[in-house]
Amino acid sequence: MLTPESRGSLSEVVFRAMRTGETSGLAEAPPSDTAEDAQLTLWALYEQHYRGFEDVSGELEWDPQLIGVRRGLEQEFERTLRARMPEVPEPDGFAEKFFDFVADHDGPSLAAHVHRKATEEQVRELLRHRTIYHLKEADHTTWVIPRLSDRVKAAVMELQFDEYGGGDPNLLHAHLFVRGLEDSGLDSEYGAYINEAPLEVLEENNAMSLFGLNRRLRAASLGFLAAFEATSSGPSRRMAQGLKRLGFPESMIEYYTEHVEADAVHEQLAVRTICGALLEEEPDMHDDVYFGAWTSLDLEDRYAERMLKQWAA
Amino acid sequence: MSGPSGTDGMSGTGEPSADHPDVILCPGGPMLLRGDHVVQDEDGNEHRTWRPVSAVCRCGASAVKPWCDGTHKVLRKRGN
Repeated sequence: MLTPESRGSLSEVVFRAMRTGETSGLAEAPPSDTAEDAQLTLWALYEQHYRGFEDVSGELEWDPQLIGVRRGLEQEFERTLRARMPEVPEPDGFAEKFFDFVADHDGPSLAAHVHRKATEEQVRELLRHRTIYHLKEADHTTWVIPRLSDRVKAAVMELQFDEYGGGDPNLLHAHLFVRGLEDSGLDSEYGAYINEAPLEVLEENNAMSLFGLNRRLRAASLGFLAAFEATSSGPSRRMAQGLKRLGFPESMIEYYTEHVEADAVHEQLAVRTICGALLEEEPDMHDDVYFGAWTSLDLEDRYAERMLKQWAA
Repeated sequence: MSGPSGTDGMSGTGEPSADHPDVILCPGGPMLLRGDHVVQDEDGNEHRTWRPVSAVCRCGASAVKPWCDGTHKVLRKRGN
């Protein structure tokens, strides 16, 4: 993957510094022009810790100037996300209250649109946007593992092992998506569609990295995971039915049917054996679990609202 | 309970041993099965587990029985 096209003054200056290695002037980098400019810059800075860019030296992963820009952007992003948060439930009876919190959240549903109404072109656009996360599916949670107690760490691994295909690369969830993309005539190369990813997709991806890469936010990362899993089985079934209706290839349908079953397991693990266990050990992390959960629900709502409005559904 | 790390209930990092049952009954939800099992469904057909953990439907409304597909949450929301 190459560095993306810039979307404003900040991304232009930062991407040039990344490509040339001349980062010393970044202390005087201009402010971002728009939220999209800021989020794309942050996305690229995080991406250095995943697969990186062919046109950026690996030496720059921990460059103090680039880390400085990232810190500023992620502090602002975290403040924005926290300001959006509603009141959270009381800490007693965590698992049932958490499932209720997610069930009571009624956001617009892309899966319902895909199920009944979406055109093939709309679904292809959705799949292109989903590549930004699905091609590194589950990786953001892996960052958290060394930061946990034995009990919670083992519980996260029990879930992650399934995400990573139980050790079989052909069954790795991200790889199931690669097969689906290729059979659908879409580009499966990592990061291929970053230049068309809208603000909401960048925010969703950046929130996962923000929580995964900052140890103090480990509870938010696991709360994000729990809400993400708890809103997956039903929508995945509707996605599979919509893809079938539109005649998408079997491998793309299977990606979603696999998530119907897998995430019915994962939601129980994420809520009970992962977040539940974490909160037994560290009850003061209760609000951060909900911070992560809310962020997951809210950012998906924002993306769905944008796309449904764009498609005038 | 003792394990490979010793009989004092403590692991190498000084943390107490945790419960790790083979079967977990989730309140209002599925039965989680850890490890390899063969599950016989209501029609007598056998299904082998293949995930590290599998969820068996307990509400009877799953579309992918014997496995859970999260439908119990819809029933719960409707107040059934």
